[in-house]
Amino acid sequence: MAGTSGSTLQVELVAADRLVWSGTASRVIARTTEGDVGILPGHAPILSVIIEGVVDVLTEEGETWVAAVDAGFLSVANDRVSILSEHAEMSHEIDLEKARQDLERAKASGENNDDAEEAVRRAEARIRAVERAS
Amino acid sequence: MALSVREYRARIKSTESMKKITRAMELIAASRIIKAQQRAQAAAPYARELTRAVSAVATFSNVDHALTVEPVDPKKAAILIVTSDRGLAGAYSSSVLKEAERLIEKLKGEGKTADIYVTGRKGEGYFRFRQRPIVQAWTGFSDQPTYDVARDIGETLISAFLNETGVTAEDGTAPGVDEVHVVYTRFRSMLLQEPTAVRLLPLEVVEGEEKPSEEDLLPLYEFEPSPSEVLDSLLPRYVQSRIFFALLQAAASELAARQKAMKSATDNADELIKKYKRIANQARQAGITQEISEIVGGVNALADAQAGSE
Repeated sequence: MAGTSGSTLQVELVAADRLVWSGTASRVIARTTEGDVGILPGHAPILSVIIEGVVDVLTEEGETWVAAVDAGFLSVANDRVSILSEHAEMSHEIDLEKARQDLERAKASGENNDDAEEAVRRAEARIRAVERAS
Repeated sequence: MALSVREYRARIKSTESMKKITRAMELIAASRIIKAQQRAQAAAPYARELTRAVSAVATFSNVDHALTVEPVDPKKAAILIVTSDRGLAGAYSSSVLKEAERLIEKLKGEGKTADIYVTGRKGEGYFRFRQRPIVQAWTGFSDQPTYDVARDIGETLISAFLNETGVTAEDGTAPGVDEVHVVYTRFRSMLLQEPTAVRLLPLEVVEGEEKPSEEDLLPLYEFEPSPSEVLDSLLPRYVQSRIFFALLQAAASELAARQKAMKSATDNADELIKKYKRIANQARQAGITQEISEIVGGVNALADAQAGSE
């Protein structure tokens, strides 16, 4: 499949313990350390670090898939997009109530330490993913 | 014929209930192996993509990273030994520990001392009983490891590797080492699991076993924000994923070893029951024979006595 420069992207969203989603797409948006990047077919090969955030996939049929991911990587080559993250969840798998509670707890546990900030970002990403999808 | 029939019956009963237990454990292990293999398969895409990314960075940039630099004069090594939490798995834990001891001896021969890190209660017990120091032990997940555990272990080992060798445990961090090894059991098949020792750090990027095909050749990547920063966050994850892989393999091996051990225990119980049944029947027949001859003897004696008195 790789090497054919067509008008679609082969997307794989991979978490450490499972393949979360794979399929074809016409556009992918992810958040890297440098800001959001949008990837369209024919994008130059890139390897980039992503942070906790929302990944937005527009499929060929015009459907949108949204997923919340943790820090990880994005690699694009020959219209093959792989997004690697230790944890990733599709929007329909996320428990919104639990994410809200996590956010409250993370915020309460203090702003100053790195772990809490990471937890806040993670919870926010999950809430955003659900809101974006609905 | 020392024992009575009743005692043999009691033995048969207890062997039978033991057999039920081992049989149940065998079946549980068998069903969990499938899950463990599925987990290992599910984790494969992540490891594959990560390896691809690492080899891409390694190919296209000459950035050196702290995790890949060979120390000039290695004096201390850390060993992570992956064992099980529970016993009743045949020689599973002891063969990993034997492999670990071999590695420790080998390192000693090269003039290196070994810091021991253990996962699984069996390994922890082994070293505690012999009063040998363990730097850190993780327990309670040996048959279904999660990625979070692997990350925790990875972070500890990486910080040990990055610390200066002079740093000791008293400073509240992992004591510094020059290299890190992992000893775990590789799952070859249901019948064969081998204990293996691999060096984890400093990293050598292992390329895929099959040659990359034409279209699989690595394209010229751009790195964002920069090759060194990509490497910075890539390599620790690579290490963690290798540890996760080792834990998953060990979990599948443990279950396979347990299934095998429990199967032979069940078979042995069957044999024992057969043997006891035979002895019990013999004892029963001997008892009956004795009773008959006693009765016959008694009747004869009575008849003789009557004949005598007439």
